[in-house]
Amino acid sequence: MTPKFKAQAGTFESSDIMVLIEPVAEGSGRQVDISSTVMLQFEEDLKACINQVLDVMEIENVHLIAKDKGALTPTIKARVETAVKRSLGIQEGTL
Amino acid sequence: MKNALGVEIPEYIEGIGELQPYQGVWKSIIEDEVPATNISRTLKAKKAHTSKVCSSLEEAIKKCKPFDGMTVTCHHHLRGGDGVLMQAIDILDKMGIKDITLASSSLTSAHDGLVPYVEKGMITKIFTSGIRGALGDIVSTGKLKYPAIIHSHGGRVRDFLTGRIKPDLSVLAASAADEEGNATGSHGPSAFGSMGYADIDARYSKNVIIVTDNMVEYPCVPSTIRQHFVDHVVKIDSIGDASKIASGTTRITSSPMDLRIARIAATVIEHSGLFKDGMSFQVGAGGASLAVAKFLREDMKRKSIQGSFMIGGVTSYGVDMLEEGLFKAIFDVQSFDAAVSSSVLNNPKHVEISCDQYANPNNCGAMTNKLDVVVLGALEVDVDFNVNVITGSSGEIRGASGGHSDTASGANLSVIVCPSFRGRLPIIMDRVHTVVTPGESVDVIVTERGVCVNPAKPNLAAALKKAGLKVVDIRDLKKEVDSMTGIPAAKELGDKIVALVEYRDGTIIDVIKNVTNLG
Repeated sequence: MTPKFKAQAGTFESSDIMVLIEPVAEGSGRQVDISSTVMLQFEEDLKACINQVLDVMEIENVHLIAKDKGALTPTIKARVETAVKRSLGIQEGTL
Repeated sequence: MKNALGVEIPEYIEGIGELQPYQGVWKSIIEDEVPATNISRTLKAKKAHTSKVCSSLEEAIKKCKPFDGMTVTCHHHLRGGDGVLMQAIDILDKMGIKDITLASSSLTSAHDGLVPYVEKGMITKIFTSGIRGALGDIVSTGKLKYPAIIHSHGGRVRDFLTGRIKPDLSVLAASAADEEGNATGSHGPSAFGSMGYADIDARYSKNVIIVTDNMVEYPCVPSTIRQHFVDHVVKIDSIGDASKIASGTTRITSSPMDLRIARIAATVIEHSGLFKDGMSFQVGAGGASLAVAKFLREDMKRKSIQGSFMIGGVTSYGVDMLEEGLFKAIFDVQSFDAAVSSSVLNNPKHVEISCDQYANPNNCGAMTNKLDVVVLGALEVDVDFNVNVITGSSGEIRGASGGHSDTASGANLSVIVCPSFRGRLPIIMDRVHTVVTPGESVDVIVTERGVCVNPAKPNLAAALKKAGLKVVDIRDLKKEVDSMTGIPAAKELGDKIVALVEYRDGTIIDVIKNVTNLG
C-alpha cells in the first residue's frame, strides 16, 4: 500500500516517539529518518523496529520521520502503525 | 595494579603523582596513618590599623603574587549563579598566568566559560566534586592536559590536609563582608546560606581574598569566615546572578514516578528498625530523594517520632521540618534555596558547619559518621550495588560525586532511589560505567518495580518483606527491565584516562576513559 496523506502519531514527551509520514511517488522506495535521545544505544533496534512494522503493513514507498525520546518497543510499533493507518486514510480506531 | 573492585589503576600519572588503589570502604581509613602536611597556612602579620580593602579583584590578585603552576581554589555555594570564579580566571589569564590547577569545591553550569582556558592550556589540572555541561564534555574528550580528579566533599578536605591539593590562592565569594574580611553567606541581597565548603579554603590557603557585592559596616556579624584568615577584601558590583544563586523555596516533585519511588523508600525507612525517636536523617535535593522527606514527614507525625538531626545540603523543606519540631537541629554545609538563608541567620538550631565537620573521613568527628539514614540518587547502579553519579549514558562526565560516598559510608542505612529505567536506558547494569560509591556502603536500592537489598543485610531484607514490601533480587530486576528496554549498545570509548575518581580516603576507586562519541 502507498500512503496518500501526510499524517502523524505520537508526542515529544519523554518515553514517547513522534512519527511523521509523508507520501512519496510510487517507486521511490522507503526513506526512514530517525533522530533519538538514545541513538547511540538503540539505533539499530529503532531502525529494525520501524521497518518491521512497515514490512508487516506492506508499505514500500514512504518518507517516515521519527523523533524518539526513548520510547519502548511497543510504543514505537503502535505509533508507527497509527501514523501509517492515518496516512492511508484508514482513520478508524486511530483518533 | 588492580583495586578492590578490579579496576586497573596506574601506579603513577604524570602531573598527578603516585596513586593508591581503593581497598575497601574503611580499610585504609582505619589502618593507614595519614600524614597531614598542610595543617597550617603560612604565618603572616599585618600592621595595626592598616587596610585590607582593595579597589578591584585585579589589585587583590596582584598582591597575592600569582605564578605559573599555582593552585586556585573557589567554593560552589553560588551554584549556577556564580560570577566570581570566571572573573578570577579572566584576570589571571590577562596577567599571563598559566598552567593553573583549579580546585573548586564543585563546578556548575556557570563555569562553561572555562572551556577556552582549558583548551589553550591556561588551566591544566582540575580538582572538583562535580563537572557538568560543556566543561564536562571537553574533559570527557580529553582536552584537559592532566586527568581531572573527582573527589567527594569529605575527600576534598582530606586532600587539603594531606597536601594533594596545595591552595595558593583562594577567591571566596560572600554575600556580606566587612573591611577585615569577616564574611558570611547568610545575609545580603545575594544570600546563599551556609559557607561550609569555603571554610576549608579560608583556613588552609596561602592567600585568601574575600569578594562581596555587599560590604557592610564593621563588624559583619554573624560571620562564617573570620578576619584572621583573610588577606584581602574586595567589593565588586555583583557576585553573580542572584536568581540562579538561590531562589524561592524548593518544591516537592509532582512526577508520579518519583513520588511512587519516594513513597516506597519512606516505607523502607519506617520498617528498617531505625525509624524511632532520635533518628538522624539526610536527604538529597533531587526529585525522588527530596520527596522521601515529604513522606517521612507525614510518617513521623503519624507515629509521633522526633528525630535528632538532619545534615547536608539543606532545602526549605528541611527547615520546615525543623520548625515543626520533627528534628532538634540541622547541620548545614550547603543551603539549596533562598528561604534557607534566613534560617541559618536566625535559628540557633540551624547550625552552619564546615565541610571538615560534615564529611572528612580523617577527622574524629565527621557528622556523616553519626548518620542513621541517608537517601541518595543515582545515574546508574549495578548488581553489586555500586553507584555511578558522575558519568552519563555516553560515558561523558555530567554529574557530581558530592557527599554521596561520604554519607553512604557513614549511614546505618543508605538508600538509593532511582527509576528502573529512564527514557529507555536501563539503570541497573552488570557494572556501572563509573563507580563513585562502592556497593559495600549501599544497603537498599529502591525502584518503582521493587526494592533490592544488599545481600550483606539479610535481616533488613527479611524485615522489609515482612512489612509487605516487594523485595526482589537485583539480578532478577535487571532481567525484567532489560526485557522491556532491550540491551543498549556498548559505549564508544578510547584508552586515555581523562579523570580519576578518588574515594573519600584518597585512594582511586575508578578511572574515566575518554569518550569518542558524545552523541
